[in-house]
Amino acid sequence: MLHNLFIGELAERLTKRQISSVELTRHFLSRIERLNPGLNAFITLTPEQALRDAAAADARLATGETGPLLGIPLIHKDIFCTDGVKTSCGSRMLDNFVAPYDATVVARLKGAGTVMLGKSNMDEFAMGSSNETSYYGPVKNPWDTTKVPGGSSGGSAAATAARLAPFATGTDTGGSIRQPAALTGVTGLKPTYGRVSRFGMIAFASSLDQAGVFTRSAGDAAAVLQVMAGFDARDSTCVDAPVPDYSKALGAPLKGLKIGLLREFFEGLEPRNAALIEDALTIYTGLGAETREVSLPHLPLSVPTYYVVAPAECSSNLSRFDGVRFGYRCKDPKDLMDLYERSRGEGFGAEVKRRIMTGTYVLSAGYFDAYYLKAQKARRMITDDFRAAFEKVDLVIGPTTPTPAFDIGAKINDPVLMYLNDIYTIGANLAGLPGVSIPCGFVDGLPMGLQLVGPHFAEAKLLNAAHQYQQATDWHRHAPRGYE
Amino acid sequence: MSNWEVVIGLEIHAQLATKSKIFSGSPTAYGAPPNTQADLVDLGFPGVLPVLNQRAVQMAVKFGLAIDATVARRSVFARKNYFYPDLPKGYQISQYELPIVARGSLKVMLDDGAVKTIGITRAHLEEDAGKSLHEGLANVTGIDLNRAGTPLLEIVSEPDMRSAKEAVAYMKKIHTLVRYLEICDGNMQEGSFRCDANVSVRPKGQEKFGTRAEIKNLNSFRFVEKAIQYEVARQVELIESGGKVVQETRLYDSDKDETRSMRSKEEANDYRYFPDPDLLPVEIDEPFIAAVRATLPELPDQKAARFAKDFALSAYDAGVLSASRELGAYFEAVITGIGASHAKLAANWVMGELSSALNRDNVDIENSKVDPAQLTGLLRRIVDETISGKIAKEVFEAMWSEGKPADAIIEAKGLRQITDAGAIEGVIDSVIAANPKQLADYRSGKDKLFGFFVGQVMKATGGKANPAQLNELLKTKLGGGGDA
Repeated sequence: MLHNLFIGELAERLTKRQISSVELTRHFLSRIERLNPGLNAFITLTPEQALRDAAAADARLATGETGPLLGIPLIHKDIFCTDGVKTSCGSRMLDNFVAPYDATVVARLKGAGTVMLGKSNMDEFAMGSSNETSYYGPVKNPWDTTKVPGGSSGGSAAATAARLAPFATGTDTGGSIRQPAALTGVTGLKPTYGRVSRFGMIAFASSLDQAGVFTRSAGDAAAVLQVMAGFDARDSTCVDAPVPDYSKALGAPLKGLKIGLLREFFEGLEPRNAALIEDALTIYTGLGAETREVSLPHLPLSVPTYYVVAPAECSSNLSRFDGVRFGYRCKDPKDLMDLYERSRGEGFGAEVKRRIMTGTYVLSAGYFDAYYLKAQKARRMITDDFRAAFEKVDLVIGPTTPTPAFDIGAKINDPVLMYLNDIYTIGANLAGLPGVSIPCGFVDGLPMGLQLVGPHFAEAKLLNAAHQYQQATDWHRHAPRGYE
Repeated sequence: MSNWEVVIGLEIHAQLATKSKIFSGSPTAYGAPPNTQADLVDLGFPGVLPVLNQRAVQMAVKFGLAIDATVARRSVFARKNYFYPDLPKGYQISQYELPIVARGSLKVMLDDGAVKTIGITRAHLEEDAGKSLHEGLANVTGIDLNRAGTPLLEIVSEPDMRSAKEAVAYMKKIHTLVRYLEICDGNMQEGSFRCDANVSVRPKGQEKFGTRAEIKNLNSFRFVEKAIQYEVARQVELIESGGKVVQETRLYDSDKDETRSMRSKEEANDYRYFPDPDLLPVEIDEPFIAAVRATLPELPDQKAARFAKDFALSAYDAGVLSASRELGAYFEAVITGIGASHAKLAANWVMGELSSALNRDNVDIENSKVDPAQLTGLLRRIVDETISGKIAKEVFEAMWSEGKPADAIIEAKGLRQITDAGAIEGVIDSVIAANPKQLADYRSGKDKLFGFFVGQVMKATGGKANPAQLNELLKTKLGGGGDA
């Protein structure tokens, strides 16, 4: 079936005119219509625009133009501004917000001829690890709809796993691509901080946010990253470095590749999860890689560090949502203070408020040094740990999450328990490193993820390592029942 | 009063004369209809990011070099967080711990001719806010964001000034300097140059500073002087009557000539400053500084010293003529025409007739109705004795109103000085003949009557007789002239 094909296969059929982009788009739209009601993966669907864009892609194909993404449908996380289309960020605050411009990521993918099917559900302002904080209700995991898909990019992950689109964009601030990718059995890539422009991506924590992608294979992720990556003068933190040919890098043999096992990741790891990682290591050694243990002594500080830095930045980033110029405004404000208090009080959900309050607190006079500055120091130590590790190994490897997908409702009232979900993913964000999560087996019938993290701008090496693993295994080909 | 010492420090906001805003591409021109010069970045829309205007950095560095300050090789933009409707993002981007310019100084000439050095603690870059509009709006406040994001250089002095007059002298010197450097148009009506004054008093001899009040937003030299004078009197009176000055922000009401409390220290915002993660630290290297240094013009003090030395002018004259770049250039153009040996004459004319005419008609020197070449033309006729200094003033007025060269006016009005000895003698003879009594009185010793004869001859020649020649000839004819 079309929806099980990988991007490269679809592109080949489009180029050879065996299918049209309109046909492909209709196929996915009809799957969405049939299957999404059980998943709630979308906030907005854009079928008419999709068919128009598909027809435009077909017209380009008819001229003989080719392109790895030309005519390929996709889903954008609702955190990316899309010109003329509602961009809610999963919040009541922006339920009425129609973006007047395209994010750079959206513009680049549009330019490559992709076809947007809609905007995916997400945790409110990307704050959450289960997609339960969305104003639009939780997203369900296609592997078991009583389970969460992970978050914050839960809609994009669930939709990719359910084959509702060949790929979907996401953002990763503390694991928001890799964690849901692991929990839904798809490939999730978080590039190096600065590799992909943040312009037009609604900010949660500016120094951590990075756009990435959900696909069903590392090869597909390479093709999408090729289009997304690169310098953008509108984002001062976007790095002006050449973009290598990621797809070309996929053929390199792994012989001699040094893979580091993060001691801290394996301590106390649930045995069945540990066994899957062991299996993966066996595959890698079979492919010629060498493994050795490395240690990141400050990694245990990553969760508390993150929960100072990210709320601090978000408390400031979300100040612009004040009911004055756009977004939610309370009814009949009696004065300015009332306008602020009720617009924000009614427009933001509980988790967002919790983080704004935490962030405001850690930046306050008298607490700044004890929290914010200390967290910055810890962040530097974690970054230094990674740097030291990468002097010994090419990549580090470990589990993406401590457990498979959990029940909807199980952790939503216990923020600390919820935050610990990101224990393995946050380090890469703090250090700005690229990471990828790929499916590596099942526990209790639910997919588990293997995480690879590399040095800055090592996406090519990272994707090749993931690709070689996927050449040797078929975990990434498994589809959830009912979505095959 | 005389037992008290006044301590003043100024924070001057100079709007940098860039074409576009500090973090967006919107134009900075003054006076456009509300919100027509604000793009999505200025409006603080979701997803947008700031990009630093390099021209603003160059201008700040230029200022730093001009006050002999340390230009920071690395400075950092921070967010100053507070809610206000004309602050779209809910934070102002400013520099906090690491400003771009630190530890400079400026020499200021006081009324008594003494020169005082005022320390400049720092100068940092920041963005301006928008403004709230109330006029003509019922029950709502209008927001105009044209000014939002306009680049400002905030120049913070040491508490080195000891009187309102010193404060004004310092502010005027900064005003001169920023216009010399062409980094600010200095327009105070439009708010391009304004200041906050920190004012305190302490008993003479006491080392510890008194509690200070900050007077906000003073936009004229006169207001600075009056506001400080009022505030000093208020504080002295308060303390002498047993009260205590409280640290607070005050507003100067120019209509009532008084300062009023705006908010106390307790009510002050906790701005929760932290480094802006959307902007990289500003790294400045030697070549950058060297390139800016190469654009430095001759500075006011250097120009004044050169004028005094090369043209043998008094320190006062040299100071006045170098008070603006345009005035200095005008003066030098005249000198080029007339020759340095006539510098004093040129100085007197530029500072005298020209300056009064400019002031009277409120015209900038660049738009003077008499340009340097024309003034030179006039001075030449004084030097070659075609006209007297007195007639020259008449000619100047005619040049100013008619826009014609001096020679044309001299010819048209027949103002050419009479230097033909025979012609003057003729007039003298007829004056003597017509005044036999005065002649007799003079010859009998009434020397004072000499002036009477000069006046009569001048009257008869329409003031055109060459005064030196007239004196000479008259003396011969009157004094013992009878023997001749």
